[in-house]
Amino acid sequence: MLLGNSVVFVDGVRTPFGKAGEKGAFWLTRADDLVVKAMQGLLERHPELDPALIDEVAIAAATQSGDQGIVLGRTASILAGLPLSVPGYAIDRWCAGAMTAVTTVAGGIAAGAYDIALAGGVEHMGHHPIGSEFDPNPRFVSEKLVDPGALNMGETAERLHDRFPALTKERADRYAVNSQAKTAAAYAANKIQDDLIPVAYKGAEGWGQLTVDEHPRPGTSMEGLADLKTPFRPHGRVTAGNASPLTDGATISILASESKARELGLPVKMRMVTYAFAGVEPEVMGIGPIPSTEKALARAGLGIEDIGIFEINEAFAVQVLSFLEHFNIADDDPRVNPYGGAISYGHPLASSGVRLMIQLAKQFEERPDVRYGVTTMCVGLGQGGTVIWENPNWSGK
Amino acid sequence: MTNYDAVDYSPLLALADDEVVTHSYVRDVTLASGKNLALITLDNGKDHTRPNTLGPKSLLELSDVLDALKVRVANGEVHAVGIIGKPFILAAGADLSKVREISSVELAQKMGQLGHRGLGKLGTLGVPSFAFVNGLALGGGLEIALNATYRTVDTSAAALALPEVFLGLIPGWGGATLLPRLIGLRRAITVAIENPLKNNRLMKPLDALKLGIVDRAFGPARFLEESLAWADRVLTQKERVSRPNTPSPLTRAIAWPTIARVARKELESKIGTVALSPYLALDTMAASARGSVHDGFVREDLGLSRLIAGDQFQASMYAFNLVQKHAKNPSGAPDKSLAQKVTKVGVIGAGLMARQFALLFVRRLRVPVLLTDVDQTRLDQAIEYIHAELAKDFAKGKLTDDNLNRLQALVSGTTDIAAFADADWIIEAVFEELSVKQDVFARVESVASHDAIFATNTSSLSVDQIGAKLKRPERLVGFHFFNPVAVMPLIEVVNAPMTSDVALATAIATAAKLKKTAIITSDSPGFVVNRLLALVLGEAMHAVDEGTPFEVVDSALDTFGMPMSPFELLDLVGLKVGAHVLDTHATAFPERFFRSDNLHKLAEENVLLTRDGKGRVTGFSPRAKEIVAGGTNVQTAQELCARVEDGLAREIHIMLAQKVVSLPEDIDLAMIMGAGWPFQMGGITPFLDRVGASERVNGAAFHSPKILGAR
Repeated sequence: MLLGNSVVFVDGVRTPFGKAGEKGAFWLTRADDLVVKAMQGLLERHPELDPALIDEVAIAAATQSGDQGIVLGRTASILAGLPLSVPGYAIDRWCAGAMTAVTTVAGGIAAGAYDIALAGGVEHMGHHPIGSEFDPNPRFVSEKLVDPGALNMGETAERLHDRFPALTKERADRYAVNSQAKTAAAYAANKIQDDLIPVAYKGAEGWGQLTVDEHPRPGTSMEGLADLKTPFRPHGRVTAGNASPLTDGATISILASESKARELGLPVKMRMVTYAFAGVEPEVMGIGPIPSTEKALARAGLGIEDIGIFEINEAFAVQVLSFLEHFNIADDDPRVNPYGGAISYGHPLASSGVRLMIQLAKQFEERPDVRYGVTTMCVGLGQGGTVIWENPNWSGK
Repeated sequence: MTNYDAVDYSPLLALADDEVVTHSYVRDVTLASGKNLALITLDNGKDHTRPNTLGPKSLLELSDVLDALKVRVANGEVHAVGIIGKPFILAAGADLSKVREISSVELAQKMGQLGHRGLGKLGTLGVPSFAFVNGLALGGGLEIALNATYRTVDTSAAALALPEVFLGLIPGWGGATLLPRLIGLRRAITVAIENPLKNNRLMKPLDALKLGIVDRAFGPARFLEESLAWADRVLTQKERVSRPNTPSPLTRAIAWPTIARVARKELESKIGTVALSPYLALDTMAASARGSVHDGFVREDLGLSRLIAGDQFQASMYAFNLVQKHAKNPSGAPDKSLAQKVTKVGVIGAGLMARQFALLFVRRLRVPVLLTDVDQTRLDQAIEYIHAELAKDFAKGKLTDDNLNRLQALVSGTTDIAAFADADWIIEAVFEELSVKQDVFARVESVASHDAIFATNTSSLSVDQIGAKLKRPERLVGFHFFNPVAVMPLIEVVNAPMTSDVALATAIATAAKLKKTAIITSDSPGFVVNRLLALVLGEAMHAVDEGTPFEVVDSALDTFGMPMSPFELLDLVGLKVGAHVLDTHATAFPERFFRSDNLHKLAEENVLLTRDGKGRVTGFSPRAKEIVAGGTNVQTAQELCARVEDGLAREIHIMLAQKVVSLPEDIDLAMIMGAGWPFQMGGITPFLDRVGASERVNGAAFHSPKILGAR
């Protein structure tokens, strides 16, 4: 008998995000170990939660091989020392992996199949460069099912600039500069650090510990971005400055039925209202959040004006701008990514969804005036995902 | 005071040209409190199969790194220092690859001093130091941790130990001083003396925690993260470190002399007084009751230099290398690829020995093991015994329930020899009589598969003759275990004249799967171990027969430092067996070996030693003395000792000439593993060279150069 239980986001943490590649902190660290460390760190924060009560562990990765292979939810649970009675699985929706892990276990919780679940994701883009282990079906090209550029994320971003000429490189750069500044401010105000689980790593020259993200570039200026190369097209618009950088990192969260959370004395940071995923043309995958958000709002019976905070993944500045433009929201609207976004933190594909939720939850704590927030992200090959959350701290005003 | 920085280490560095250097990398780690911990990583750049070791260059680099950190501490940049190893390994101790080239006591002393120069600085930085024992920490590796202010351990670390005494050394880089002061003298004796003497027993991380050697243990998934967080709590005084096992100076002064005295007595009764290092370790640890840590370090330097430059340590290193390296590649072994797979084992017999074989084979090989006997009752008893022993393994946690079921189901018994048809390894454990063994193998051959290998556990018969009635005698190999089978690590694999390379290779591979050390011997009486033991025991009985008192004989070989006196050994193997072994050898080599009618008489009445209520030997039975009375040619202990030394040197020389084994190393390995002859003797041949016996008798030493210390 399927129920209709209220689902809550209890808590979420993540590893600091490292730069992908040999110079990054996590080059010699395994992806599954990143999940394990985040998982242990999260459970350590909640001694009130007996791990044996966890009904499911869903871990996403865009590339499910090597150190991200073989049923990550299960392997990571065993490695983290969870009771062997706790089940787990791996899940994939490319960039929206962790978001899908959350929505999928939320479905199970709502239906009454689970009381408590862990959901998160990992991407070690140093070990698993985007698409490197993908063997595209030749039909995509021979039947012109998609433009060859649809598999190149940077090219899809360039194409958004083509489609929406008003979204200029200058606007994209300005958005990126603003994102970096918001991240720097959030760090300075200690809004980020509390939800990071320090990760010790071995480098060629000894052990170190990463306690903060490696990517952010405080003080980024328009001048600094102006002359960056446009790697996807000659004289293009997409640069390393207005796109999210390649990143290694893991995220993890606890989802629960509201009644179980109350019973166990678990915190309730957010209440899930609804969620939706939607498809778009793969060539312009960055606009995916538009239909998914519209769909989710419609299901929730809400309008865009009801949303007090947007956590939108900044795969590319232009892709965020297309969303804002669609909903008539200003490029620098303070409701959007108040702590900055993936352009500064980095975007370890399948783990980013839960980072959005961690940051939204933090803002909910501080904004009792806000009732609803949205986490949304675009997905390669043309999808968008949106989760609408209600703030349990909402003051009613 | 020794100023370790002022000592000239260049003679040591001159030996270290090809040292695999363990580097000391430093990274600053900002702790949650904002304090800065400078984290040293020890890493030789190799994988875990080549552990970090500490040679002169490694120690000097660590020393320099710690000097630089001390400056940063003074500048207020560094609030704590941590030290950790590469994955799975902190450090496996001193680099001992060059110890044979230490040519003087002075140079030996520098080895101790250089260790103190590097490691000692962990204790004098001006800020707390934290050792994060993330993996294997042996000897100098564990001493790194002991020199630090605080210690954490990874619960998955392979082992922690101070094995120095096992090698004839003392923990001389701080261990002998710091360990007893940290955990008390009695516990330190267990760790640094008793464990090494128990076949080098190692500690698990939680043992070390319980003893108080480390302050905290953390799981492997976030060992360093949790250790750093703990260090931060200690630094910010949010957590107090309690060390209930640490003795007060008063306790040290009052209680330690008695503890040391008792421990010395125990040691003397267990191992005699020949081995130097256990006693030097005890003295050095006990002396740390008083004075400063530095005083203790200076005592360590003196002790270490004496041992490193001595004979026993050099012989021990030789023995250690035999056991570690030579044992893995038996001399004269054929190509490994010739070995056949053993997927089913047949054991002929169901007696005491057969049961032990079956148990060992099923435990290690995990293949069907079939016992056969003419007596169904005895078979049933054998299966019952084996099942009960496996159930004990389960009760001790050595087997899971599934594996208990699995192993029990693998063992079966039958009176029908035809069931051996699909066994590929068939070993006999029947009565030690030639015709019995010949017949049983001939019968088995009539049902066995064409390729099955036959193994005989004979200790005194000719393998060649045992195979005389076989159609395919080339399939027979000698496979001589020592009793108790589960415990004794040696198997003498007998390469009889007809034995094929396939049979030999299969026997060696099987020995390895049984986790035993194999040496290959020719088909000659007593092979190696029994032949040399028979020589010693024959000389001992002969001296008694001729009138030398038991007591004189029994203590005549005390200078060897053997684990047992001759008559304790005779008593252990059993007087009947002993008499039989002497007969066999005296028959084979009448000109060099003695048999003893008196021993047969002693065996008949089963009298020899007297024991107290706890089983300790108190003397010789009056009846035994009566039986042997009457001899008139009395030897002194010195005369007998020289006779035995010379006899051994002569016999080994003959054995090598007759190619019983290929090398003196094979003899030594066999005596260490098969008879427990001590490392400090190097088995036997380095000892015979050392006392001059080999030159006296054979005109030349077994080893050139001799295995001696610099002195």
